[in-house]
Amino acid sequence: MIFVLTIIAFLTLATAAVALALRNLIHSALLLTVSWSGIAAFYLWAGAEFVAFAQILIYVGAISMVVLFAVLLTRRSRDDFAIAPESVGRAVSALIAGGAVLGVLFGAVVSTRLPDPPTSAPVVTVRRLGLQLMSPHAAALLVVGALLTVALLGAVVLAATARRDATEDAG
Amino acid sequence: MLQMTLALSASACRSLLAGASYLVELAKAWRPAASSDSLLERAPVMLRDAVTGFLPEPWRWFANSLIAIVAILAVFGLLFAYLTLAERKILGRIQNRPGPNRTGWFGLLQPFADGVKALTKEDIVPANADRVLHFLAPVALVALSLLGFAVIPFGRQLVPIELNAAVLYFFAAGAATELAVFMAGWASHNKYSLLAAMRALAQLISYELPLLLSFVPVVMLAGTLSTTEIVAAQGGWKWGFIPHWYVLTPWGFAGFAIFMVAALAESNRSPFDLPEAESELIAGHLTEYSGFKYALFFMAEYFGMCALSGMAVTLFLGGWQAPLPFLEFIPSYAWFAAKLLALLLGFIWIRATFPRLRMDQLTRLAWKFLVPLALINLGTAAFWSLTHDWAGPLQLARWGVAAVLVVGPFVIMGRTLSAGVAPRKYRYA
Amino acid sequence: MNLSPLHLCLLFSSALFCIGLIGALCRSNTILVLLGVELMLNAANLNFIAFWRFGPAPSAETGVIFVLFSIAVAAAEAAVGLALVISIYRHQQNIRLQEANRLKG
Repeated sequence: MIFVLTIIAFLTLATAAVALALRNLIHSALLLTVSWSGIAAFYLWAGAEFVAFAQILIYVGAISMVVLFAVLLTRRSRDDFAIAPESVGRAVSALIAGGAVLGVLFGAVVSTRLPDPPTSAPVVTVRRLGLQLMSPHAAALLVVGALLTVALLGAVVLAATARRDATEDAG
Repeated sequence: MLQMTLALSASACRSLLAGASYLVELAKAWRPAASSDSLLERAPVMLRDAVTGFLPEPWRWFANSLIAIVAILAVFGLLFAYLTLAERKILGRIQNRPGPNRTGWFGLLQPFADGVKALTKEDIVPANADRVLHFLAPVALVALSLLGFAVIPFGRQLVPIELNAAVLYFFAAGAATELAVFMAGWASHNKYSLLAAMRALAQLISYELPLLLSFVPVVMLAGTLSTTEIVAAQGGWKWGFIPHWYVLTPWGFAGFAIFMVAALAESNRSPFDLPEAESELIAGHLTEYSGFKYALFFMAEYFGMCALSGMAVTLFLGGWQAPLPFLEFIPSYAWFAAKLLALLLGFIWIRATFPRLRMDQLTRLAWKFLVPLALINLGTAAFWSLTHDWAGPLQLARWGVAAVLVVGPFVIMGRTLSAGVAPRKYRYA
Repeated sequence: MNLSPLHLCLLFSSALFCIGLIGALCRSNTILVLLGVELMLNAANLNFIAFWRFGPAPSAETGVIFVLFSIAVAAAEAAVGLALVISIYRHQQNIRLQEANRLKG
């Protein structure tokens, strides 16, 4: 059990770290999908089946695609993927800040006495999840739906270009 | 000496006893557990248990999974091989030519000849290609397209994994294949491959939407995401001879039609085979692939087609249920296979019949026709589910309203869809 | 030191959060910064699931539902963020964050 968690954590963290350190953006995006799949594996390990598949469907299926499209749309030449290395000062300060946060978080987690875990894993069936979503959380569900619609419309408006001329295939 | 003999005889006795109890267990398995399960029905499971029955518990689970994986690989691998042959034969017959008939009897060894040819071809990797991704793309595509088979109930007792959110799993696994298409196009270091991959992705994403929306009514009416329960919900017969399959309801028929059109597009089959149109795009994102990697892409396409057809059978055609009560003596997996093969034959027939769509027609069909129809179908299914207690003449009204809700939008939107298209003006001809 | 599974999950998620943080701080490419932010969001989701699974009140589905909503919001964020990246690119022909410092379009 712990062994599996260690493997999942190692895989996720390693791919995430390498992805954010790479200079080729396409490789970064593809490696990050492995990392997101690792997080889905963690959800499966914890018994949250529905969330795991939702994570795969949304992150690996949708968000990675949007990222890849954005990478392809924001470059001028084929060899524009490799981005220039960052300045050393910036990297060092980022590492110091991140390391400090990591130290604080690790210290806080290790020094906290957490309640004993329940003996049996909580079972959440899709049916119960659906009933919960539809009755007590119905308002939140509606708000999320509205948010997604507005966000997608906004994204289209932001990314769309004005058509230069109406006669598109006159030539 | 005596102790050793005793110990030996004790262990021999124990193993004998274990063997005997194993035989007893086997004999128990031979006796019909439920009256509906015939011997033929339980044959695959019994065969599996006979192989793995002697293993201790955790290993037994592992061995059972392994056997399921090997069985799926063997059955669908062979199906892939002979599907290519069947496709070429049927296409040939439709086009009034014999098709492959030189290798073996009636060309039955043709798939193996093709396999040997693909294996012995030179594997060409372009000089500037991204070698790792170029290799990973076909491998990932085949692996991901095989994942979907894990949740399809092939028979009454033949479900590889029973998941609570099985349908979601199936489509999550399917969504991941898009990444492999992108990898193939990008790793080739060829701008036309990249463009073709982008077009393929646009198509896959566009048709993902109607595909997902078309099965939501099934989930709504069955009240579950588990494939076994969806199949169970379609059991039984009305008046003793009309099966309760979802395809035989107005919303189910519309959902099935939308699902099959979207499945055609998702598996890059003609008339939606723009991504790899051999005659126009030199195979699109597969231009830089050769030999066995190229064959792997086609393997993945056929696996995806089989998995989507299997899902369509499960969701709309009653899964492994027999169509008539007196035909139940035929084992369930045979019914599943028959329905699956019928759908696959439909795929081949469609390929031989329809011309390829243009890119703009393709996206227009998805966004302006299939998605709105699927959304309206959701409303029809909601109406159907709310009026489940209407009886007598009201039952007729229920069918009438549902049929109008299905046919009306189809006719109206079909007109607007073809408004600017037909009759076509050949401006450059 | 005896660490329970919950401790390990929390360490995992804090490490993931810090990787995302470092990535978002030290890269100047807008897409990578966005991906770092996504990783931080994922780390928060990990915590929700960890507390739902190993927390004191296992009966409620609240943790799972919170993660579902959070994933939906993350999807919206990614869509809008990447659309912004594309419009930044259209203005200044690159997506380096340091150069995106004008309010005038």
